[in-house]
Amino acid sequence: MNSFPLLSCIVLVPWAGALALACLPRLGSAASRVVTLLFSLSTLALGLVVLGSFDRSSASYQFVESHAWIQSLNVHYHLGLDGLSLLLVLLTGLLGPAGLLASWKQAQNPRFFGLLYLVLQGSALGVFLALDFFHWFVFWEMSLVPAYFLIKLWGGRGAAPAAYQFVIYTMAGSAFLLLGFVAIFAATGTLDFPELASLGASGALAANLAAFGGYWPQAVFIGVFLGFAVKAPLFPFHTWLPAAYAEAPTGVSMFLTGVMSKMGVYGFIRVLWPLFPGQLHAVAVPLVWFALGGAVLGAFAAMRQTDLKRMVAYSSINHVSYCLLALFAVSAASGESAPGGAAAAAALSGALLQMFNHGISAGALFFGIGMLEARSGGRRGIGDFGGVRSAAPVFAGLFGIAMFSSLGLPGLNGFVGEFLIFRGVWGLEPWAASIACLGLLATALFLLGFWQKVFHGPRAGAAAARIADASGTELTVLVPFAALMLLFGVLPQLLTGIFNPLITAWNAHTFLP
Amino acid sequence: MNLLPWCIYLSLAGALLSLAAGRRSPAAARWVALLTAAAAWAVTLLAAVQFVPGSSLQTLVDLAWIPMLGARYHLAVDGISMTLLVLTGLAATAGVLFSWNIATRTGEFFAFYLALIAGVYGVFLSADALLFFVFYEIAIVPKYFLIAIWGSTNREYGAMKLALYSFAGSAIVLAGLLWVYAAGGGQSFAFGELTRAAATLPPHSQIAVFGLVFFGFATLAGIFPLHTWAPTGHVAAPTGASMLLAGVVMKLGAYGCLRVALPLSPLGFAFWQAPIAWLAVIGIVYAGLVALRQEDLKFVIGYSSVSHMGFVLLGIAAANAGAVSGAVLQMFSHGVIAGLLFAVVGRMLYDRTHTRRLSELRTMPIYRLLPFAAAVFVIAAVASMGLPGFSGFPAELTILIGAWNAAHAWAAVAALGIFIAAAFTLRAVQLGFFGGAREPEAEAPPRGQAGTPHYGPISLPEKTGAVLLVAATVLVGVRPDLLLDWINPALQSPLFQAVLKGGAP
Amino acid sequence: MNPTAYAGLFLALLPEASLAAGALLLLGLDLSLFRHRDPALRLRLALWTGAIAVVAAAVAAWLGPRGSVWGASFSLDNLAVATQVGVLALTLFALGAVRGAPTPRQPAEYVAVMLFAATGLVLMAAAQQLLLVFLSLELASLSLYVIAGFEARRPESTEAALKYFLFGGISAAFLLFGFSLIYGVTGSLELPAIAAKLAGGGATPPFLLALAMVLVAFGFKTAAAPFHLWAPDVYQGAPAPSAALISSASKLAGFVLFTRLLWSAAGAAQAPAWFPTVAAISAASLLLGNLAALAQTNLRRLLAYSAIGHSGAMLLGVMAAGRFGPAPLFYYAFTYGLAVVGAFGVIGVVDRAGGCESIADLAGLHKRSPLLAGCLAVFVLSLAGIPPLAGFFGKLSVFSAALRLGGVAGPAGLLSILAIALSAVALYYYLIVLKQALVAGPVPGARPIKVPFATALALLGSAALIVWFGLDPNQLLGVF
Repeated sequence: MNSFPLLSCIVLVPWAGALALACLPRLGSAASRVVTLLFSLSTLALGLVVLGSFDRSSASYQFVESHAWIQSLNVHYHLGLDGLSLLLVLLTGLLGPAGLLASWKQAQNPRFFGLLYLVLQGSALGVFLALDFFHWFVFWEMSLVPAYFLIKLWGGRGAAPAAYQFVIYTMAGSAFLLLGFVAIFAATGTLDFPELASLGASGALAANLAAFGGYWPQAVFIGVFLGFAVKAPLFPFHTWLPAAYAEAPTGVSMFLTGVMSKMGVYGFIRVLWPLFPGQLHAVAVPLVWFALGGAVLGAFAAMRQTDLKRMVAYSSINHVSYCLLALFAVSAASGESAPGGAAAAAALSGALLQMFNHGISAGALFFGIGMLEARSGGRRGIGDFGGVRSAAPVFAGLFGIAMFSSLGLPGLNGFVGEFLIFRGVWGLEPWAASIACLGLLATALFLLGFWQKVFHGPRAGAAAARIADASGTELTVLVPFAALMLLFGVLPQLLTGIFNPLITAWNAHTFLP
Repeated sequence: MNLLPWCIYLSLAGALLSLAAGRRSPAAARWVALLTAAAAWAVTLLAAVQFVPGSSLQTLVDLAWIPMLGARYHLAVDGISMTLLVLTGLAATAGVLFSWNIATRTGEFFAFYLALIAGVYGVFLSADALLFFVFYEIAIVPKYFLIAIWGSTNREYGAMKLALYSFAGSAIVLAGLLWVYAAGGGQSFAFGELTRAAATLPPHSQIAVFGLVFFGFATLAGIFPLHTWAPTGHVAAPTGASMLLAGVVMKLGAYGCLRVALPLSPLGFAFWQAPIAWLAVIGIVYAGLVALRQEDLKFVIGYSSVSHMGFVLLGIAAANAGAVSGAVLQMFSHGVIAGLLFAVVGRMLYDRTHTRRLSELRTMPIYRLLPFAAAVFVIAAVASMGLPGFSGFPAELTILIGAWNAAHAWAAVAALGIFIAAAFTLRAVQLGFFGGAREPEAEAPPRGQAGTPHYGPISLPEKTGAVLLVAATVLVGVRPDLLLDWINPALQSPLFQAVLKGGAP
Repeated sequence: MNPTAYAGLFLALLPEASLAAGALLLLGLDLSLFRHRDPALRLRLALWTGAIAVVAAAVAAWLGPRGSVWGASFSLDNLAVATQVGVLALTLFALGAVRGAPTPRQPAEYVAVMLFAATGLVLMAAAQQLLLVFLSLELASLSLYVIAGFEARRPESTEAALKYFLFGGISAAFLLFGFSLIYGVTGSLELPAIAAKLAGGGATPPFLLALAMVLVAFGFKTAAAPFHLWAPDVYQGAPAPSAALISSASKLAGFVLFTRLLWSAAGAAQAPAWFPTVAAISAASLLLGNLAALAQTNLRRLLAYSAIGHSGAMLLGVMAAGRFGPAPLFYYAFTYGLAVVGAFGVIGVVDRAGGCESIADLAGLHKRSPLLAGCLAVFVLSLAGIPPLAGFFGKLSVFSAALRLGGVAGPAGLLSILAIALSAVALYYYLIVLKQALVAGPVPGARPIKVPFATALALLGSAALIVWFGLDPNQLLGVF
């Protein structure tokens, strides 16, 4: 169990890189960028190592590291990896370097940028791997600081208020989350997620919380809920997102949408659902409505944007809401006789797939928009471009793959996740699936509109002059991403194989007493 | 361990030596002060390494002092005092480093400074109520002069207000203590004896006595609404003094509440518990809201100190083992963090830019002009916000758990305070350090260019002090058990057990 | 009479004798040999002679016989001897202050009268017989009136002396009347005998009247409200060394004397008849002294009002002396004396260097003379009751004794609480003084002050004693 601490390495190597950058104040720009990239790639490398030795038949935590830490609070340094975490680690491993390459030539003071970026990456990995609330919360909160500075110092015109709003919202949610866990600790004496999950499954947690009397048990649930709802985000706690994503520099937007939003969804799946199955079930239907709101309204809002980044930001809300929709639908339906069976399995698989695939496709979308922005001298309105396809065909082609993946075209990775989600939700709560289709429609509309206005038609706007096609660095990102989108579109079992046992296990008891 | 009382004597000797050295040159005074402060700190660290946590006070010195009054010169230490002694040493050494640039009457400055520190060490080591009180009062007069002579904004008013509030608080404590002492026949000032004596008083008297002693000490801890001296005084004080005042001296009040007041009368405490806890949480929220509206960066920090001390008081009021241990941890944590904040704003920033007004600072990109200061301030700010990884988080978490166990509502309101702290801290960071041009330019503008402020580099003493404090807050943030393993056994002593109810394990 | 009895009496009175002899010798030498020498030399002669006389008296008091003398006319018990030594120490410091203050016109007479005052005070400490009490009191008081008015050039000085004399004369009349009533009631003049007579009888109206009169005199002597009206003017008008002696030694001896009187004469009852009155006087003094001092800008008047406040606190010590002995009171009074004698010593030096009337005249003292500033800080902080200086422990022992008298509910307890509260008020005006001395910068044109060696020695000596007795209060408290 306590052999080579692979998971600790995954988390700490990026931080070691940040420390190295901090201690070398005279490192040149090029060297800083290279150092950062190397440390960022370490995640992918170590993730693949883990993947190699990952036991795909087991649903329990692997590579577990557990050390006693703070006796008086019963806190342990506890890291562990299951299919869900592995998926997200790999996602982070892909998006980390990609985000760096997006800002490769643009970021000023790359040493500082790299330092912050690596801290952010390490924190995100910590969130996905930590299994004890104490240091999980460390990582959760720690990710805010570099994100704030990355947005504020390298962001666009409205960066300062966007960053401020982002941090304040998330910290507010975190304050509630903290209070909720304070109460949980008071009730159970432990902060360990697997232990709490088993307490939640057996109903002991609910019973302990009920001992508080009054409305406090519900308050605890709401507290924990809010922490994750703000992060994911779940409508209506999403208002911080469009500004933050839009004003952030390209690489950071990619990381935000690809990884940080998944932290929220991860929190729902790893923490909220196992610990509060009963309460989640009780409010699942209203939550389904919220998710639908996010999905549908997000997509429709995207349609109305002229700023390309904001468009993709709202689209992120839409895509993440599908994941949450699936989860809430499963929870809503879990009271009935057979816990959902195939439909629940489909919904959950779809949600996990969607997490991964959306990360890839949205990341690629932001990357492409960043390229457009760089070539137009900072403009990124939808009307600022036209006929890019003829000006930069390679770019258009690769970008198109990303767009259609986001749209959910069969054959590309985006389709599988969405399809499974819809199939699952239809089996569980058909009305929700119907309404969610509106979101699909709107997404299709705005993405096609995007494609048409920017890439087709006569060359206009920035594209009127000569614009360069994708450069070498940019292709390093676009080509693999496109390849992955095609690969996982055609062979989704490569991904589902990682977490199938997990889904089965979740399905088997679906966390209801 | 037996060398521990030497931290007091070394500091006193250092005070006199500094005064003498100051006649020769300011540099001599500085070095004397630094060596003394570091030596005293080393003594506490040495004792810390040898310290074996136990439930009772471990006596270091016990001599007859004033037999007629029954007072003894009794010095003792337990886990709680040990924590605070180490904090004092750290804050004192860092404070001397950050006062390196005091140029006028340097010898006298460090003499007052070290005298103050000696008083503080004495308070933490006292095991006799009269001795405790004597050291407590010794600490009052140097404060006045440190602020009145070397301070800044409104210094005479700030100094007088601070001194009078402190003295008034201690006068109230003396009244209460003498009342109990007299009721016990005037035989002894030992803590256990006073508790026994208090138990013989009728219930109304016990309630009154507890109220006097607790609120007298709580005044120095900055309990709402008796806190107004703190922001004024700390803003007026010179940097090294602010660090010590907000960082350590406010903890004297909280320590008095914990060591003297709390065990004195369980009956009295039972009456006052809820009002104290509510005042504490109101203080947390109110001070935070006021901090949000301040224009002077130092005032933001001053009010944030009041807000953080509210957590300490809440922990003490919740009166279970978890909450109280969290309170002591928060005393340590905030001591370090407040030191950092005042050091950056007072010394690194103000001494160079000569302004603390946020409306002016926001026009200057301080993070490019003083990157080290900005970095340290960010670290201090996130630690102050209670970000996990720094000492504030385990402290506030433990207090919240304890508060929750006592009364859920208290914890809920206090958690709100955490959020407000994030808001005003972030505002301070943003406006104070990250204003100016929106985008970072290719590199910082060349020094000395017309129109660009040119600031002196951060000196070695400042860097050393900053590193010490940052290391402390990170160490305790990652390994709070280092301190909790001292504190928790100390709370098992019979005096505390009589008052502490059950609670978090 | 028996020669050995006279010899014993002479030995017992050796302190007084040496003081009187010293004074007479001084006067003689000055009138004859030194008449036409320059004032500095005459001053030096006066001070040396005075110092030697005082030291000899102190040695004689310390080593001299103990116990009852001359048939209970005097009682040289621990309290008496301690008071005598204390008074002599304070006189010595006052002499040191003379050296630093503006030189008096006739230094020899000045010092001689001081010695006479000391003689009276030393006698007061031991007197047990009512006539001797009155005699010693008058000797001291008349001498003090004279030195209060010694600076005839300044109208304030003359006015001070006149006021002092008028008030003092009236109170002396009260005292004498009271004594005669006591004699009428009890038929005896010696305190032990009076006590014995009263133990049987109790408080009859004539006796109560006598007691009231004694209290009036007491109030005047110790500057307690409402008999305090002379104090501000005298402290302001008198030359600094005179004020030093009046405020320190006279107060110490006065308190000891009247404590003896009240407790012996009225018996050691649990709550003697004079308790409520003394409590009321104490409350009035505390309040008036501390609150009025807040408004003062003149340094000497501030010290006067603070003296009134301190008298109020010391009265608590008087009230507690019955049950807990005189130790708290003595400690408080003596250490208070040390502090004011030093404070006036500083004022004298600053006066000589350019005037010291208002508090602002102290501005920048830390630059002009660090020695003076440092010593002043010790004195003022001791007055404020800041540990670890002796003033704090004086207050502490008095208040704790008072609280133990009857708990918080009793009048003494309530007064203690009041006194503690007022000490916070007092700190304000003491800090104002220290602010000028230690914080404020000197006025432009202020020159450094050179302190004469003797004065420096006296100031440092009293400061050192304050610190020493503060660090180890048992030195004094344990004497009893």
